[in-house]
Amino acid sequence: MACYEDSLVPDLFVLYSQLLLSSSCMLTFFCFLQLLNCVLRELLEVKDVNKNVLPVHLNGLLQTDDRIALKEITRQLNLENVVGDKVFGSFAENLAFLLEALKKGDRSSSRPVLFILDEFDLFAHHKNQTLLYNLLDVSQSAQAPVAVIGLTCRLDVLELLEKRVKSRFSHRQIHLLSSLSFIQYLDNVRSQLSLPQDFPDTKFYDEWNDSIKTLCEDQLVVDVLQSHYNSSKDFRSLQLLLMLALSRVSASKPAIKPTDLLEASRVCMVDSKANILHGLSILELCLIIAMKHLNDIYEGEPFNFQMVHNEFKKFLQRKSHSIHNFDKPVVIKAFEHLQQLELIKSMDSSTAKIQKEYQLMKLLLDHSQIMEALQKYPQCPTDVKQWAMSAFG
Amino acid sequence: MQEGIQCSCCESEQCLSVIRGIHSDDSVEKTFLGNGRNGDKHTCICPIETLVWTNDYTLVQRARCNIDCHCLSMCHCLSMLSCSKQCSYPSIFIYGHRATGKSHVIHTLLKELELPYATVSCVECVSVGLLFEQVLLSLFGSDSASLLSRNPSLSDFVRVYKQLCVQASAKQTRYIVLDRAELLRDMEANLLPAFLRLQELVEDNVTVILLSEIVWDKFRPNTGCFEPLLLHFPDYSKGELQQILSEDSHPSYSPELYSAFINILLGVFYSVCRDLRELSLRLSMLKFQPLFSLPSVKESDTHKLWRNIEPHLKKAMQTVYLREVSSVQWEQQLKMEEKEAGAVRGLSAHAHVELPYYSKFLLIAAYLASYNPARTDKRFFLKHHGKIKKTNFLKKHEKTSNHLLGPKPFPLDRLLAIFYSVVDSRVAPTASVFCQISSLVTLQLLNQVGHDDQLDAPKYKCAVSLDFILAISRTVSFDMVKYLYDFL
Repeated sequence: MACYEDSLVPDLFVLYSQLLLSSSCMLTFFCFLQLLNCVLRELLEVKDVNKNVLPVHLNGLLQTDDRIALKEITRQLNLENVVGDKVFGSFAENLAFLLEALKKGDRSSSRPVLFILDEFDLFAHHKNQTLLYNLLDVSQSAQAPVAVIGLTCRLDVLELLEKRVKSRFSHRQIHLLSSLSFIQYLDNVRSQLSLPQDFPDTKFYDEWNDSIKTLCEDQLVVDVLQSHYNSSKDFRSLQLLLMLALSRVSASKPAIKPTDLLEASRVCMVDSKANILHGLSILELCLIIAMKHLNDIYEGEPFNFQMVHNEFKKFLQRKSHSIHNFDKPVVIKAFEHLQQLELIKSMDSSTAKIQKEYQLMKLLLDHSQIMEALQKYPQCPTDVKQWAMSAFG
Repeated sequence: MQEGIQCSCCESEQCLSVIRGIHSDDSVEKTFLGNGRNGDKHTCICPIETLVWTNDYTLVQRARCNIDCHCLSMCHCLSMLSCSKQCSYPSIFIYGHRATGKSHVIHTLLKELELPYATVSCVECVSVGLLFEQVLLSLFGSDSASLLSRNPSLSDFVRVYKQLCVQASAKQTRYIVLDRAELLRDMEANLLPAFLRLQELVEDNVTVILLSEIVWDKFRPNTGCFEPLLLHFPDYSKGELQQILSEDSHPSYSPELYSAFINILLGVFYSVCRDLRELSLRLSMLKFQPLFSLPSVKESDTHKLWRNIEPHLKKAMQTVYLREVSSVQWEQQLKMEEKEAGAVRGLSAHAHVELPYYSKFLLIAAYLASYNPARTDKRFFLKHHGKIKKTNFLKKHEKTSNHLLGPKPFPLDRLLAIFYSVVDSRVAPTASVFCQISSLVTLQLLNQVGHDDQLDAPKYKCAVSLDFILAISRTVSFDMVKYLYDFL
């Protein structure tokens, strides 16, 4: 977090200094809002700014509509009494009124407002992008000192803006991309897992921190962390991994072992569909194998229940004892269960009434997933396995 | 329960209540190291292990019990749930098959650890307002929900929540459990991402737990969201199912007999369905049968018992399992069974609907029109069809068998042409014949394809199965199979 703060704070100072001139800026980053909040807190404390600047926090997830956004702005500026029951013709009028109301005693100055728009890309989906247009318009023209900061995860956020909105934007972007090297990543792991200085039990503190240090030097652990680092550098997935590893600590085992981390990594990387396949009944598994064969023969074309049932019956005919000889309605029920688990999906959502046995479906599982699941399936009958391995149905 | 054993960070009798909740007996030995007072670690031995961090740090508990089948998943859950002021992970996603105990384990844990929680089943929430109301009611008391407006948006919910938080600050993590979370995807688009990061939005120590049977990959919105912690609840193995089902034994049977009975039941149903709820339903319906009261059958004679029960189980599979017959009907049927041997008729066992004579032929004609290609009509229905090259005619690829692809639409005139050739007597094209076509559509034995306003050339499709039409054609002594192209 520290490396981000260093880059961010000077920019925000610059921003503040231009607040009276009004400006707007975009922050693209992949970190928590908490980062911005703590930086802002610093800014507000240090610069003795809180007397003047009014922060307004808007979130794209919550304020899904311009109307709701306007109400929220009114509320955060504590201007509900002033607005009262006034009816405004347009958004712009309303906003102008609000900003007008912030003017202090003398005409020349009014309190600067800092708008922070979280999930900025969601605001770009509002109708006509009215809110964005008006905010950026106010910030561009020097009507009132307003600064707009947008936070988003999307790098292409500017493409979402309309031309008139884009032109009013000052095109100042700050990218907070994680550019950690692997060594820094490891250091981060060590610092996250170590106990802080003010831990009361000093003996345990020493023991624990030593064990963490040896852990981070273990080759197995380094390999696991390397594979995680290769797939994603961000801290959230690292936190997940460490959380799972930490949950295995107990009174009899007050340290993290390398195997814990390996196990946690395995849990993180597991294929959830394979877990679901593990719990299917044999009939459902046979249906999935029949679908796989259909996909192989007809190269991925959609199928319907009748075709699957046909394949299944062909398989049953080849076996000498048909213990799986179920009635058609029972097989349909198993098929519907697979549909409920969303392992197969209906292709057409057309209004034409098609009988459910003839509705075209697609299998949402990969060939390799099915074969892997079969290996792990408990007490899988050998003939079912052989059927799955055979080349053609 | 020994007194004075307190968890120093939250001052509640954590360890013991968890033990009691899981074991439900008081005979667990506990030995404690240290004073058990503030600042010391204390350990419970045999068979529970707990680790307590002192003061403000996270309480991580681990309960390992020998009996419960969900020990591993419960361990994970317990370790994720923190009871202290420390913030726990913002969202947890738990997935697993139906009836694997997800809701049960979570609710038991939350109740035993006495954590503040709100549980909502998304099936009940037709509108988002209901969801918000229930959450606020459970977490903040009965008058909190009145602060919400009539049609609350998510913004209102967050605002009210923040307000209520200020008044009642959280000493412990609050939990919101959303059951059947897959329905959240169909509600407003911003609801799921917002709940995943609710902790951040309301700036409070709250964790959202989502329970579902669908995997997380299907939930992820396009533009990404906060990734929750994923936990899998594994399904029960056959042995575990047997153990669970035999817990609820009938007093009049001995445990061995009962477990043999369950074994048989599982043998029949396990390969079809592993859902614990379905199996226990079957069990509850079958176990009260007077099967065991046969005087000639001893308890140890399992072979005879099997032969006795097997037909009942097979019948149950066809009828009650498919919900064709309700459980009340099933029980009545059992009572009548001794007097008369009648089959339990399910809904789809009504193989023939009573139709007028011409309607039956219209339906047969419709079936032939749907499942035979148009070019073959000449061969089937004309008296003198002349020479038709057999090779071209008989060439059919298995894939294009119409019985696999489904019925094809056909125009009205083709239906009538086939009808006139199929019916043995001379029929005049009166309005009553046409009327019967409309009533077949109303009965949903035929489907109308295309727009309703296409009056001059309406198209239809036949919507009955092969068995149904064979039964009908038998009643009018019409040899159906001779006329079907796929059975040549």
